[in-house]
Amino acid sequence: MDSVMSFFGLDCTKKKEKEEERHLRANDRELNLSYKYATNAIKTSKYNLFTFLPLNLFEQFQRIANAYFLFLLILQVIPAISSLSWFTTVVPLVLVLLVTAVKDASDDFNRRKTDRQVNNRRVSVLVSGELRSEKWMDVQVGDIIKLENNKFVAADLLLLSSSEPLNLVYIETAELDGETNLKVKQALTVTGEMGDCIEKLAAFNGEVHCEPPNNRLDKFTGTLTFRDQKYALDNERILLRGCTLRNTEWCFGLVIFAGPETKLMQNCGKTTFKRTSIDHLMNVLVLFIFGFLAFMCTVLAIGNGIWEFQEGSVFTAFLPRPDGVDASFSAFLTFWSYVIILNTVVPISLYVSVEIIRLGNSFYIDWDRKMYYPRSDTPAEARTTTLNEELGQIKYVFSDKTGTLTQNIMTFNKCSISGKSYGDVFNFAGQRLEITEKTEKVDFSYNPLADPKFSFHDHSLVEAVKLEAPEVHNFFRLLALCHTVMAEEKEEGNLLYQAQSPDEGALVTAARNFGFVFRSRTPETITIVEMGVQKSYELLAILDFNNVRKRMSVIVQSPEGKLSLYCKGADTIVYERLHPSCSKLMDVTTEHLNEFAGEGLRTLVLAHKNLDEDYFREWSTRHHMASTTLEDREERLDELYEEIEKDLLLLGATAIEDKLQDGVPQTIEQLSKANIKIWVLTGDKQETAENIGYSCNMLREEMTDVFIISADTPQEVHEELRNARKKMKPESEDEPTIIQRGILDKKSKMLPDETVDGEYGLVINGHSLAYALDKSLEQELLRTACMCKTVICCRVTPLQKAQVVELVKKYKQAVTLAIGDGANDVSMIKAAHIGVGISGQEGMQAVLSSDFSFAQFRYLQRLLLVHGRWSYLRMCKFLRYFFYKNFTFTFVHFWYAFFCGFSAQTVYDEWFITVYNLVYTALPVLGMSLFDQDVNDRWSVQFPQLYSPGQLNKYFSKTAFFKCVLHSCYSSLVLFFIPYAAMYDTVRDDGRDIADYQSFALLAQTCLLITVCVQLGLDTSYWTAVNQFFLWGSLAVYFAITFTMYSNGMYLIFTASFPFIGTARNSLNQPNVWLTILLTSILCVLPVVAYRFLLIQLCPTINDKVRFKVRQAKVALPPPSFRTRLRRRSSRRSGYAFSHAQGYGDLVTSGKYLQRGAISRGRGFSSSIQQRSGALQEMPQMYRAVKDASQ
Amino acid sequence: VMASGYSAKEEDGHHSGALGPAGGAAVRSRKPDNTAFKQQRLPAWQPILTAGTVLPAFFIIGLLFIPIGIGLYVTSNNIRELQIDYTGTESSSPCFACSQNYSWNMTTPCVCSVSFSLDQPFESNVFMYYGLSNFYQNHRRYVKSRDDSQLNGNLNSLKEPSKECEPYRTNDGKPIAPCGAIANSLFNDTLALYYNDPNGTETQIQLVKRGIAWWTDKHVKFRNPVGDDSNLTAIFQGTAKPVNWQKPVYELDSDPENNGFINEDLIVWMRTAALPTFRKLYRIIEKNSSTSPTLPRGNYTLKITYNYPVRSFEGRKRMILSTISWMGGKNPFLGIAYITVGSICFFLGVVLLIIHHKYGSRSSSADLTH
Repeated sequence: MDSVMSFFGLDCTKKKEKEEERHLRANDRELNLSYKYATNAIKTSKYNLFTFLPLNLFEQFQRIANAYFLFLLILQVIPAISSLSWFTTVVPLVLVLLVTAVKDASDDFNRRKTDRQVNNRRVSVLVSGELRSEKWMDVQVGDIIKLENNKFVAADLLLLSSSEPLNLVYIETAELDGETNLKVKQALTVTGEMGDCIEKLAAFNGEVHCEPPNNRLDKFTGTLTFRDQKYALDNERILLRGCTLRNTEWCFGLVIFAGPETKLMQNCGKTTFKRTSIDHLMNVLVLFIFGFLAFMCTVLAIGNGIWEFQEGSVFTAFLPRPDGVDASFSAFLTFWSYVIILNTVVPISLYVSVEIIRLGNSFYIDWDRKMYYPRSDTPAEARTTTLNEELGQIKYVFSDKTGTLTQNIMTFNKCSISGKSYGDVFNFAGQRLEITEKTEKVDFSYNPLADPKFSFHDHSLVEAVKLEAPEVHNFFRLLALCHTVMAEEKEEGNLLYQAQSPDEGALVTAARNFGFVFRSRTPETITIVEMGVQKSYELLAILDFNNVRKRMSVIVQSPEGKLSLYCKGADTIVYERLHPSCSKLMDVTTEHLNEFAGEGLRTLVLAHKNLDEDYFREWSTRHHMASTTLEDREERLDELYEEIEKDLLLLGATAIEDKLQDGVPQTIEQLSKANIKIWVLTGDKQETAENIGYSCNMLREEMTDVFIISADTPQEVHEELRNARKKMKPESEDEPTIIQRGILDKKSKMLPDETVDGEYGLVINGHSLAYALDKSLEQELLRTACMCKTVICCRVTPLQKAQVVELVKKYKQAVTLAIGDGANDVSMIKAAHIGVGISGQEGMQAVLSSDFSFAQFRYLQRLLLVHGRWSYLRMCKFLRYFFYKNFTFTFVHFWYAFFCGFSAQTVYDEWFITVYNLVYTALPVLGMSLFDQDVNDRWSVQFPQLYSPGQLNKYFSKTAFFKCVLHSCYSSLVLFFIPYAAMYDTVRDDGRDIADYQSFALLAQTCLLITVCVQLGLDTSYWTAVNQFFLWGSLAVYFAITFTMYSNGMYLIFTASFPFIGTARNSLNQPNVWLTILLTSILCVLPVVAYRFLLIQLCPTINDKVRFKVRQAKVALPPPSFRTRLRRRSSRRSGYAFSHAQGYGDLVTSGKYLQRGAISRGRGFSSSIQQRSGALQEMPQMYRAVKDASQ
Repeated sequence: VMASGYSAKEEDGHHSGALGPAGGAAVRSRKPDNTAFKQQRLPAWQPILTAGTVLPAFFIIGLLFIPIGIGLYVTSNNIRELQIDYTGTESSSPCFACSQNYSWNMTTPCVCSVSFSLDQPFESNVFMYYGLSNFYQNHRRYVKSRDDSQLNGNLNSLKEPSKECEPYRTNDGKPIAPCGAIANSLFNDTLALYYNDPNGTETQIQLVKRGIAWWTDKHVKFRNPVGDDSNLTAIFQGTAKPVNWQKPVYELDSDPENNGFINEDLIVWMRTAALPTFRKLYRIIEKNSSTSPTLPRGNYTLKITYNYPVRSFEGRKRMILSTISWMGGKNPFLGIAYITVGSICFFLGVVLLIIHHKYGSRSSSADLTH
């Protein structure tokens, strides 16, 4: 996988002569070819049949581990140094290279296949005056191509003309940025005039000068020169490769960038590698091990020098030295010989095994049925298979709100109409009932136009509508008229609303179901069906929403000729503009509003007034004047709006529930029990964010305090942050204590965690956050925020989201996770250690850049508490065990050196050395690292505290590693000296030799293998049949292979390779050999058992306690109780929660956004193109958060 | 990682999850299979270290090891063993003279005799070993300095020995058979044992030289090359004897079944020792009658034809007479180790028991909160 990315990095940034400016002329292939621009053929595969072997090997040997083993191999072929046969390194190396090569080859083959598929797509190209169907790969810069509906855009095009009025095209950019909503692009009028006239298009010879290829999706600058006129080109005129044409019959485009130079392809190589903290630790440890290896080799080399000087020189009669080798040179050679022998401390199979384990644990995530969301048929997906164990170490979770915590579905839940509250269900005794799935729903079948998906439970509201109470009717009439929703009626009675904000959609849908059906609109009229009667209202004015006004109004004239103004808006705003006669009603409504707010609902207040016709005519003229002036237009309009929106009559209030995803409060509770801090970063308004904070239990009434940071200057922000911190912890120092993390890199600092009494919450808005993220304030922000249990940042831009994540990463040695669903979360998903995408909500962009994806926020609990914890546990167990078994293996050589004249003689048979890691011990340890679980998933969720060892790096750290080394040291001493003493001067039971080198080697390796197997058994806490099979199988395989290799047949065929003939038969039938093996294994394991038992007795960890409890419980756990959320009663007033963008009013009146077909073409498009493109900017563009932030 | 890069598949719109169930009923559900393996619910045995398992284990190991240890110790003690160091570096030693004026190509052998007495008779078969100390038969360069193919009777290797044998590969342009440093340093002292009858006569004790090597070595690993001629001398024609040897390999013994590469003294020597101090089986003294001991009490004389030089590297040479048991030769270590480990286990068991009684309640889950 690494290689894949490195390839992308390689390919996308391939150095070329830097292109300063692109110049091309339409329909002039000769000129365009002279620039040698890339053609539209893409090539993401990197090998062909001949280059595969050299290229792939070259890439593989760029990895340090492989290069190191190549180096060892070279050492081994030097006869004077070679202490081991070449095959001890070659066999594992070839195996590893082979596996990787096969994987790379199959990856590349797949890429090749998709490349070919894409390159062979057909598109109509205008060649020498006629349209020809050509393959994508034959398209060249400067060609004019014709695209049809629902087809992919073949290259980056300059839009020339389209079938749609005003040369608009609609495109879907889901593949590019994940947004599924349609975007509008528009051709220049001058090119648009050509239409689909082939002659004109063939004669088109416009010249384009534009920017060189780059990867900015949202920007384009260039000019078109046509008929001696220059036209500016911007992103509005460009169709990017990867988009899909929608709702547009055809369009023509001029190819600007092709193939690898398209913005899509330019965007592909920027992914940064994520490495887990275990990876980092392992790198450090490997460095340490290399140092240690060098140290051991030096000691042994010195030993060899001394030995050669003292003993070797007098032993030459029996063992002459090679020519020109004296004691010191021999020591030098010995150093390298021991490098070869002791290289098993950094075994090549470690890296392979780690990858396999991660892959296996990723598959478990893909396979988990409890993370599968049936409604969208989405299973969880581990998109990155190299980060699993980090899931068990998360300390900070950064979550998006909309679409992640909430469903972004608004439901009309309650309302208050002229002092009466509707929406609750009461039983006969008058007690309020909890509304559940089973509560009886109101039957809307009397209304043929009702939306079947809408549900409401309070029957009294329907009764009120049926009783034709004027207030109730006015209430719903308002909801049906005062909005900017578009209706689409594809077939009779099947209405589809396209609302700009889900709140509005919910309100209009509610009105529809209660008998006030909004049916269609034109720029001048709104047609509604009132209780079965179709009426057309004249739409006289839309007093649009904006952030300051926090309300919107419409002025309509009923078919009867009555003029009315309908207004909906934030309670505080609308209350100021009510007629004094409403004061009594206001009080009742306020009470209701408080009640709604306390339940976390979003509220709006509705009011209306009747207008005097003369007054309105007069106002209307002034309004027209104001809207056409050039100076202070905004202010003058605002004044006019203020003037007319007064003395309103209160109708009531609506309450909309921003539906949380399922199980969000429970998940958050569980995660916070696991000591994971959750920060919500949202583009939403402060009020909405707070609201959600309360409804998902992050903020609670019983919290000691909730600080709200919303200031306008850096000083104020600093002041507020410091005050908050002082309030939480009066004794906290002003100057933060900074821990230098390492000696080596002075730059990395760390802020220690400060603990406070009580629970606090922090809400900070985007404006303050911008200041707080400044270098001078960031530490203050972090200290304060980390003292709080809950942090909510609102009005955050995508960039700020990433900055917050980076800030925590920078100063806290903690693992972070970001979870989000939209394109605006991409930056934070990429910035965090782990990015999680919610799939199936807002397009794919977040998912595409995420490491893990699933459909529901609540699965995060399982991902972390179960999969993450297990992965971490398994990885740590694996590493501890792996280092243990290899160190033990290697250290025995070290001890033996003192008895063989430091001659780099191995203790074991060379074949044993070759296959020890690959065959004898590979499967049992893999089995453990794939199946082990201390307690099962339900207990893991039951006791979130089990998660905390991962956050504290308890299971694998430098200390743990050091313990491993000590343990290995002890084991290797036992493993060498017990056989040594047991075999010293002893003989077989028939008097023959048994203290020979080969028998000793066999004894030592058997002891070693049995000891490491027993140790593995001790480490395994979850013995499945597979584990048993692997463990016993490995031992059986060991004896089988040993007997085979030491058999007569093998010796007679490969005399030189298997000199151990007969050793197994002759020594394994000796009782004292087996007694030695038993003693050695027992002696190796006993202290470990005693130590672990003592630990459990004296200072049991949470883990031990839970396991003990599981053991005691025996009976199955009771099913996890999903407690229903407590209803909160609070005096908090929910703010204006009208997630609405400004400018829709214009769109509606201009008619441009209206569905085609609803109005006759051309009508209503009277305003100039400039204005229109201005209006277009107000439409949701590429990124949702940009819209949020621009408010 | 891969998915974050561009791939044409995703451009196609076939990316995972985005389409959802819209694909229609024909699309197979992507719901993962409900298998115990995939859901990580494989039935498993989950042992934990509880007092109920650990403490009995300690006691059982203790109770098991101590008797085994005692048995081993007693067995080892019952083995008769006699060692005689005849290196002759001390001036008082009878072999002092031989050790002093030594050279490899000595024509007249130096013979010395060492007298000793047995206080206890040696029953059953007695094995005679020679022991060497400070002799690094396990040195890497030494260990690999041999050609197994040659010793296995391969004619090509006989003429063209492996490079590993350097510098004992060829001599005067002729290949050495057997080549290499191991063969070259073959132990070549001759030991003879005489029983001094109380009546003054000296009877030589019959030493059996067959059956001292492993069966596999004698029959599989070592083979004489087979040529057109059955005569060993003819087959070894054109090869040189190892530099330090006095006789060529085909003259090691008169018995054709014990000559050439399958000479058992050579085979035993070629099985290199694991440690610098080692003993190798030299001869077997077989028990003749069931009534008299193999070696009765009394005085003996060991006559040594002193050929093998060890003085230069401070080596020692020993002659060892030993009986054996089911556990091999005399080695008290295993017995003592078993007794020690058993006792420690038992003791640890007691200590852990006390600790468990005092602190064991800590691991209970009383303070666990949900």
